[in-house]
Amino acid sequence: EFRRFSLERSKPGKFEEFYGLLQHVHKIPNVDVLVGYTDIHGDLLPINNDDNYHKAVSTANPLLRIFIQRKEDADYSAFGTDTMTRKKNVLSNVLRPDNHKKKPHIVISMPQDFRPVSSIIDVDILPETHRRVRLYKYGTEKPLGFYIRDGSSVRVTPHGLEKVPGIFISRLVPGGLAQSTGLLAVNDEVLEVNGIEVSGKSLDQVTDMMIANSRNLIITVRPANQRNNVVRNSRTSGSSGQSTESSLPSSMPNILENFLHGEEESDEEDVIIEDSGEPQQIPKAAPTSESLESLTQIELLHESTQNGFLPSSEMNSNHSAGSISMEYEVQDPDHKSLEEDGTIITL
Amino acid sequence: MRRFLRPGHDPVRERLKRDLFQFNKTVEHGFPHQPSALGYSPFLRLMAIGTRSGAIKLYGAPGVEFMGLHEENNTVMQIHFIPDQCQLVTLLDDNSLHLWSLKQHSGASELREEHRFTLKGPPGSPPSATQITAVLPYSSREVLYLGTESGNIFVVELPSFRVLEDRTITSEAVLQRVPEDYCNRRSCELVEALREHPKNPDQILIGYSRGLIVLWDLQNNKVTHHFLGSQQLENLYWQRDGSKFISCHYDGSYTQWPVSSDNRQPEPLENLVPYGPFPCKAISKIYWQTTKNGLPYIIFQGGMPRASYGDRHSISVVHGSQQTAFDFTSRVIDFFIIFSSEPTAEFDDPSAMVVLAEEELVVIDLKTAGWPAVHPPYLASLHCSAITCSHHVSNIPLKLWERIISAGSKQNIHYSNMPWPIDGGTNIAPDPPQRDLLLTGHEDGTVRFWDASGVCLHLLYKLSTVRVFLTDADPNDNMNTLGEDEWPPLRKVGTFDPYSDDPRLGIQKIYLCKYSGYLAVAGTAGQVLVMELNDEDAEHVVDHAEADLLQDQEGYRWKGHEKLKTRDGPVRFEAGFQPFVLVQCQPPAVVTSLALHSEWKLVAFGTSHGFGLFDHQQKRLVFVKCTLHPSDQLALEGPLSRVKSLKKSLRQSFRRIRRSRVSSRKRRGGSGNASEVQEANAKFDQDALQEMELAPVQRKIEARSAEDSFTGFVRTLYFADTFLRDSSRHCPSLWAGTNGGTVYAFCLRVPPAERRMDEPVRAEQAKEIQLMHRAPVVGILVLDGRSTPLPEPLEVAHDLSKSPDMQGSHQLLVVSEEQFKVFTLPKVSSKLKLKLTALEGCRVRKVTVANFGSCKTDDYSENDLAVLTNLGDIQIISLPFLKLQIRYPCIRKEDVSGIASCVFTKYGQGFYLISPSEFERFSLSTKWLVEPRCVVDMPEVTSNNHVHNKSGVENASRKSRSLGDYGEDERKAGRLMEHALLNDEKVLKEIQSTLEGGR
Repeated sequence: EFRRFSLERSKPGKFEEFYGLLQHVHKIPNVDVLVGYTDIHGDLLPINNDDNYHKAVSTANPLLRIFIQRKEDADYSAFGTDTMTRKKNVLSNVLRPDNHKKKPHIVISMPQDFRPVSSIIDVDILPETHRRVRLYKYGTEKPLGFYIRDGSSVRVTPHGLEKVPGIFISRLVPGGLAQSTGLLAVNDEVLEVNGIEVSGKSLDQVTDMMIANSRNLIITVRPANQRNNVVRNSRTSGSSGQSTESSLPSSMPNILENFLHGEEESDEEDVIIEDSGEPQQIPKAAPTSESLESLTQIELLHESTQNGFLPSSEMNSNHSAGSISMEYEVQDPDHKSLEEDGTIITL
Repeated sequence: MRRFLRPGHDPVRERLKRDLFQFNKTVEHGFPHQPSALGYSPFLRLMAIGTRSGAIKLYGAPGVEFMGLHEENNTVMQIHFIPDQCQLVTLLDDNSLHLWSLKQHSGASELREEHRFTLKGPPGSPPSATQITAVLPYSSREVLYLGTESGNIFVVELPSFRVLEDRTITSEAVLQRVPEDYCNRRSCELVEALREHPKNPDQILIGYSRGLIVLWDLQNNKVTHHFLGSQQLENLYWQRDGSKFISCHYDGSYTQWPVSSDNRQPEPLENLVPYGPFPCKAISKIYWQTTKNGLPYIIFQGGMPRASYGDRHSISVVHGSQQTAFDFTSRVIDFFIIFSSEPTAEFDDPSAMVVLAEEELVVIDLKTAGWPAVHPPYLASLHCSAITCSHHVSNIPLKLWERIISAGSKQNIHYSNMPWPIDGGTNIAPDPPQRDLLLTGHEDGTVRFWDASGVCLHLLYKLSTVRVFLTDADPNDNMNTLGEDEWPPLRKVGTFDPYSDDPRLGIQKIYLCKYSGYLAVAGTAGQVLVMELNDEDAEHVVDHAEADLLQDQEGYRWKGHEKLKTRDGPVRFEAGFQPFVLVQCQPPAVVTSLALHSEWKLVAFGTSHGFGLFDHQQKRLVFVKCTLHPSDQLALEGPLSRVKSLKKSLRQSFRRIRRSRVSSRKRRGGSGNASEVQEANAKFDQDALQEMELAPVQRKIEARSAEDSFTGFVRTLYFADTFLRDSSRHCPSLWAGTNGGTVYAFCLRVPPAERRMDEPVRAEQAKEIQLMHRAPVVGILVLDGRSTPLPEPLEVAHDLSKSPDMQGSHQLLVVSEEQFKVFTLPKVSSKLKLKLTALEGCRVRKVTVANFGSCKTDDYSENDLAVLTNLGDIQIISLPFLKLQIRYPCIRKEDVSGIASCVFTKYGQGFYLISPSEFERFSLSTKWLVEPRCVVDMPEVTSNNHVHNKSGVENASRKSRSLGDYGEDERKAGRLMEHALLNDEKVLKEIQSTLEGGR
């Protein structure tokens, strides 16, 4: 079923409106659909939020080809790079859903079902020689899988080169989270753990810190291999990367606070079993008003509101706080247990 | 944006914090580690002890203590008080001399180092030329005579340490008049002893190691008498009147020599080998003391028959027909005799013998028949059996205090009644504000009760749990069953006995209820004893129960030690704490936590397998709970394999130290050249570094999971009367925290007092909290409606505490090694948390609620948490808002045993072991500070002494609240001291890593 309609390019409006328009045009007001478009490279890319909707509109040249699928029989694998060229005709795929029975596809769930396993963050505030890696550890299905050791590194000081003790990654466990990210390597020097410098701390101290933060570990390393460093966008051009440089130097401390705070948020909650019943997650207590230290209470209040509901728009604005690449791992739908409470993508 | 404001910078709070908290290391209790020298001033009546780490400690009357530390941290070889002065000179093993003096400063005396000096020979001379072997502080107080290895005697002026070269006594000058044949046989060799003539200050007696003794005339600079000894000389002693002296020798003999003006080369009067005729060991020191009745006391160290008793550390006292060889359990460092020091007195009339052995101080009363020992008021050997745990109880009610003292006095009947003979100086510290008890558990199954109220840690009472059990060693097998005609007449003295018959007897946990006098003690083999204080001897049967903590868990095999066998039938107990209930855990693993509720008459205990609750009124086990994770094999098999590997690695590391020490000493001995030694040390360090680089230590980074071993280990138990199920009714409850971050809460039903014996106590599990970070739970506490910690059992009944607020909602504080968390009750919801490890990389090792009073106003006090971390830092965290108040570095992080031994008091003080035998006392409070303050006056100024003293006291009380630079110095010294003790960092690290790795 083909439809053609026009849209004012300068004022594309919101994705919600667009989605409504599509449903209206196709007369399918109560059917959930997936929306995709082909970009200039011929890739089929999804439209599911304001940002990629605007991007899509801006690429229309002058025509924008949009594909709509019912959500139930959607073929998620159709999206991605080279999808249009790899397959002879996406349309045939889309139009004849029984086609994909031929090939067993890895089912990739919706973006909201994805969860990050690692990311490089704060690229805009760190020196290019450093890398801040965030490892997300959920449940116990995959070990963090790395070892650290004492060592010495050379620093440039006003008095010339100086050898100082440092902490290094000594081993990656095959199949572990650390190795699978590809962001950490043996002999990388560990500089910070969750925003706290490790210099002056003993190996055991750093070990304890990492283990205590193991559910949401952010380590800043100086990679042993400096050739794969992220190059700043400002020095290159024509990159189609999605990173934005929204943060000004003045907002840096804010960002740091923010991510430290986020780290606090995503900490898993303790479990209680009452009278040998079912295990339950321990809720946060509602703050009482008659408190002396109001500051604590305000903090708590803030936390709990953020915890409950999360405006979807915040997702993106948070991402733009410096993250450039994110790897996602498909999550087993059965595993959506206690751990997942909407705080995961909050930074 | 308000949440980004940094909390805790409220100026009012900051000021209050200054009034509440202050960190001081105040005093060291116990016996100095590795003592190496002893000195005594009969004039000041002060004793000085030097140690191998360069510390010097002065002791006088109880409470009079001074401490100094040589910067070099070298072994103190000799200590000599300057006659009639508040000064002393120390000789270190680096051949340096140090002059210390006691000076009054703001009302109290202080020990300060004044000068240091190293004797230098002429250029090109060998180092032995100036290696000091003997020191004689001359009675004129102006000079020191220094005997050296070369045989020369140098004279230095005091206090400037200027060498008076024209007065040097060279060995050539001494040898001039010695007969040819004697001279040929032996050269002078080193100066072994220097003694001033007791009556004639112009004459000094010089003894050389090869046996030659000469009397030197200082006026004419020549030898007046030659005494041609044939045996290698050890020491010399003048008789009081100066007519005779006595020399003691390497072959175990002593010789008396007459001194008269007519014979310039006298023959010995008497030559005796007291423990002959077979070869004997050296007599290294001898005293000859005259008495009114004519029979002298001859007191000498050593001299035992080499073959049969060569391993004994003995000092013999001979008085007429009485002879006793006091047999010490550790090496004798030195000893002195306290005798009449009045210059006009005709006789010595010795009153006491003070012996410094390597592990204890023993004082023998020589005036009382049978020569009994005197109970020392300080310098207690804490480690007479290794300390395995400690427990502090503040503010003991007078009644209990008196009963403990009376029980203890019945144990001390064999001690002499003599007042403590070393009584110099005046204690001007204010009386301790309350009675505090420190209880130490020991490896041999004893619990020692120490008076920890003041500066002197004094043993009140010793409790032994051994009698309840059947052990391999028969208690009747007395080591001291020596017959009358036994020769040599050895008599064991002292309390130091590091050998434990059975390691299972070791005490692991202690809990004393100060109101009821109930005491619970738990040990290594899963034994839990409940005791009651009884003022009389009694014979009764101890009720015995077994607690099977594995319950229905199948297929587990305990590979650890067996449980202790109990004695059947009634057992006789001496007055004091007498056990009436014994619970034995099965498997018999170490008891890791213990709680006693004296009001409900319940005792709870936990091991690595689970925990149980015992009703000691009805003598009935209420319930047990297994905390094991099914996959936890290690906990089940017992500690054997782990212990072995730890022991092995410890042994290896010690061997390594020894090797390194030996080699460095060899180098030092060979050359004596400082730079060479340094070079060698540097090389050694480098080698060690390289070794480290070859085998890098790595640490695994992995989130803790439920499958980790030892998660079932019960770390803490806590009784509380709180709202466990609903907010309208509170009930007794028992809380337990495990190594795996689990908290169990049991609701208890204790029948009312009138039906206490009729109805059983019931328990039902009400809650189980799993902390997701899974760190070991080290503390559980319930805060009442006013956010005050619940009072101890019976505290309210004794009107010593406000009754808890049962109206408002209670809160539960769970302290894990990594986080502090506050939950609401009865519905558990998390309210507050403070992360420690995640932010600072340190872990909680010890935590206690402490009450801090303001030093400014009497009516303000607050409860805070005192926390010791694995880095040795102490942090104070406010309640109930969990804000870090202040942080102090306290113990070196490598000092694992020090951190493990730390115990806090209820009022912000604490103790930790700085060596196996010493507790360091520290204070976090501005209000509760126990530290020595004392004055030593020159005894001559007795007339105006009194007035002076009084003003001193006033000054002191005025000053005592605001510590000036005095406290600062003390603290610095304390820090240095620690450094001295624990400078083998590498080894300590290794020990730590072994311990931590094993955990």
